[in-house]
Amino acid sequence: MPGAIYAEGLVKTFGNVRALDGVDLEVPEGTVLGLLGPNGAGKTTTVRCLTTLLRPDSGKAVVAGLDVLKQPDAVRRSIGLSGQFAAVDEYLTGRENLQMVGQLYQMKAKAAKARADELLEQFNLADAADRTAKTYSGGMRRRLDLAAALVVSPPVMFMDEPTTGLDPRNRQQLWEVIKQLVSGGTTLLLTTQYLEEADHLAHDIAVVDHGKVIAQGTSDQLKARTGGERVEVVVHEREHIQSASALLDKYSLRGAGQGDTTVEDHMRKITTPVSGGAKLLAEIIRDLDTNGIEIDDIGLRRPTLDDVFLSLTGHVAEAKDDEDTKETAK
Amino acid sequence: MSAVTDTVRVTAPGNPVGRSIRDSLVVARRNLIRMARIPEMLIFGLFQPIMFVVLFTYVFGGSIQVGSSSSTQAYREFLMAGIFAQTVTFATAGAGAGIADDMHKGLIDRFRSLPMSRGAVLTGRTMADLVQTALTLVVLAVVAVLVGWRTHENFGKVLVGFGLLLLLGYAFSWIGALIGLSVRTPEAATSGGLIWLFPLTFISNAFVDANQMPSFLRHIAEWNPFSATVQACREMFGNLPPGFQTPDAWPMQHPVWASLIWSVLIIAFFRTLAVRKYRSAA
Ligand SMILES: Nc1ncnc2c1ncn2[C@@H]1O[C@H](COP(=O)(O)OP(=O)(O)OP(=O)(O)O)[C@@H](O)[C@H]1O
Ligand SMILES: [Mg+2]
Repeated sequence: MPGAIYAEGLVKTFGNVRALDGVDLEVPEGTVLGLLGPNGAGKTTTVRCLTTLLRPDSGKAVVAGLDVLKQPDAVRRSIGLSGQFAAVDEYLTGRENLQMVGQLYQMKAKAAKARADELLEQFNLADAADRTAKTYSGGMRRRLDLAAALVVSPPVMFMDEPTTGLDPRNRQQLWEVIKQLVSGGTTLLLTTQYLEEADHLAHDIAVVDHGKVIAQGTSDQLKARTGGERVEVVVHEREHIQSASALLDKYSLRGAGQGDTTVEDHMRKITTPVSGGAKLLAEIIRDLDTNGIEIDDIGLRRPTLDDVFLSLTGHVAEAKDDEDTKETAK
Repeated sequence: MSAVTDTVRVTAPGNPVGRSIRDSLVVARRNLIRMARIPEMLIFGLFQPIMFVVLFTYVFGGSIQVGSSSSTQAYREFLMAGIFAQTVTFATAGAGAGIADDMHKGLIDRFRSLPMSRGAVLTGRTMADLVQTALTLVVLAVVAVLVGWRTHENFGKVLVGFGLLLLLGYAFSWIGALIGLSVRTPEAATSGGLIWLFPLTFISNAFVDANQMPSFLRHIAEWNPFSATVQACREMFGNLPPGFQTPDAWPMQHPVWASLIWSVLIIAFFRTLAVRKYRSAA
């Protein structure tokens, strides 16, 4: 059985923009997939195709066991969506907004109202419940929109950049809500620009660029792809940069496809790929000391998702540029 | 446990018609709340027709001949049906701007992702516009009475006249709905909803006796859907001027039927197009 969300070869073009160029995804039931990618990569378009808002030119999509193209209405009963831009009615109060959404999910007026009150409480909007959304701050609107996506706690949820514009405390709280939902069996596809968020919430991460999934896996798998640990040294004296760099080269894994020793002159910082962990670090410190190189800082750095993101999407962009130049050169 | 599962699964309601009506009412209610909170819309919507009533009665009133009469009172009574009809068609701009605004703000996306009836967002909007049109008509009728407009038929017929006006307004709000879904901004929807209304309402019998137009324009005016309602209202209100010769064109001979048929056709045609457009809106 395919996962709660399944997409195969989704293609969508707008005029001559190929927004989706064959997106393949699979999200097992009860898990979170984080969709990462630079601006314009096709994240929102993917979400819109999977939530019946946009009809892909070709490809297949299954959500909650239902064919998105053939049974859109049944799909809508099984999903909750919070789009990239908060979609709330500015002239309705917070409560009225949620109650309306509840009723349109075919709840009875009274049940919809009770549910609205619950959600307002959960999203820290109880105090503002009877004010029109026009008077809400950006973050409050965002929370109201998220609450609207959760009105019926549907089995499959889509959130397009849910925490953009939220302050740290509200972001934390939303993370808690999401974790609760997922522990209750909800499947979630979330797009985000915050790699920390994907690291924190997502079981699986898919990196999208130019309308294609260019890498997918757990956060650890992706980090492993980008390479292992690095040692970072900041020397005290500018004239020691050369000697420190030569010294670090001895420990470097360069040549093993792990990149090279890099020097950032203005910060007096030298970085090199290594393997060996804390033991190696101690060794390097001793070596630097015996050579009379005074240091301000030294540390072992593991790749972050930021590194993964930059190396994956940066690399693709370069490769494409190379192709372009080759073609024009011919 | 059952409390949780109750909210988790949304069941498909058995009766699609019932669901459609219910969803439309939810959306209509939402739009009415909005209207109540933005009363400027209703008030500005009244300026233009009231200005027309005053301008046409006091400025042109004495100089326009209708039927065989050029009395100010005859023109005043003749004129009101025209202004009423023109006013109800302004619902086009209201519906158009409202729906374009919803598109712009992402609300249409929200609605389209919900398991609600496909036509309900538009039906709810046009229903709310109908309420607004009715309120506008009431105010306008009072102003008309104040400047000397009188009806000369029984109450039932007068009600039929107003009923036809409301139906025409409802039909035109569906044209507005289609415009609203087709343009990018609410401003464009407003002007797109109004520009063509002026030629439509002026090449009609609304402000002048079409019998006095050149024959080419007269034919257009006689078959103009808008003229049918105006003519029907004049008959229902007893506002036809003395010596008025009813044109031979079928819609002018049977204006009540013609008005009904035109409005129903407009609704059927534009509702179909608008709902189709809504379903595929990107
Ligand atoms: N309705 C549309 N008409 C034309 N082009 C569109 C439309 N929607 C998206 N695109 C184009 O498709 C591409 C993918 O857009 P999409 O919104 O999916 O990106 P995204 O990954 O969500 O970006 P962001 O991080 O900025 O939100 C972009 O080049 C965009 O310009
Ligand atoms: Mg986006």
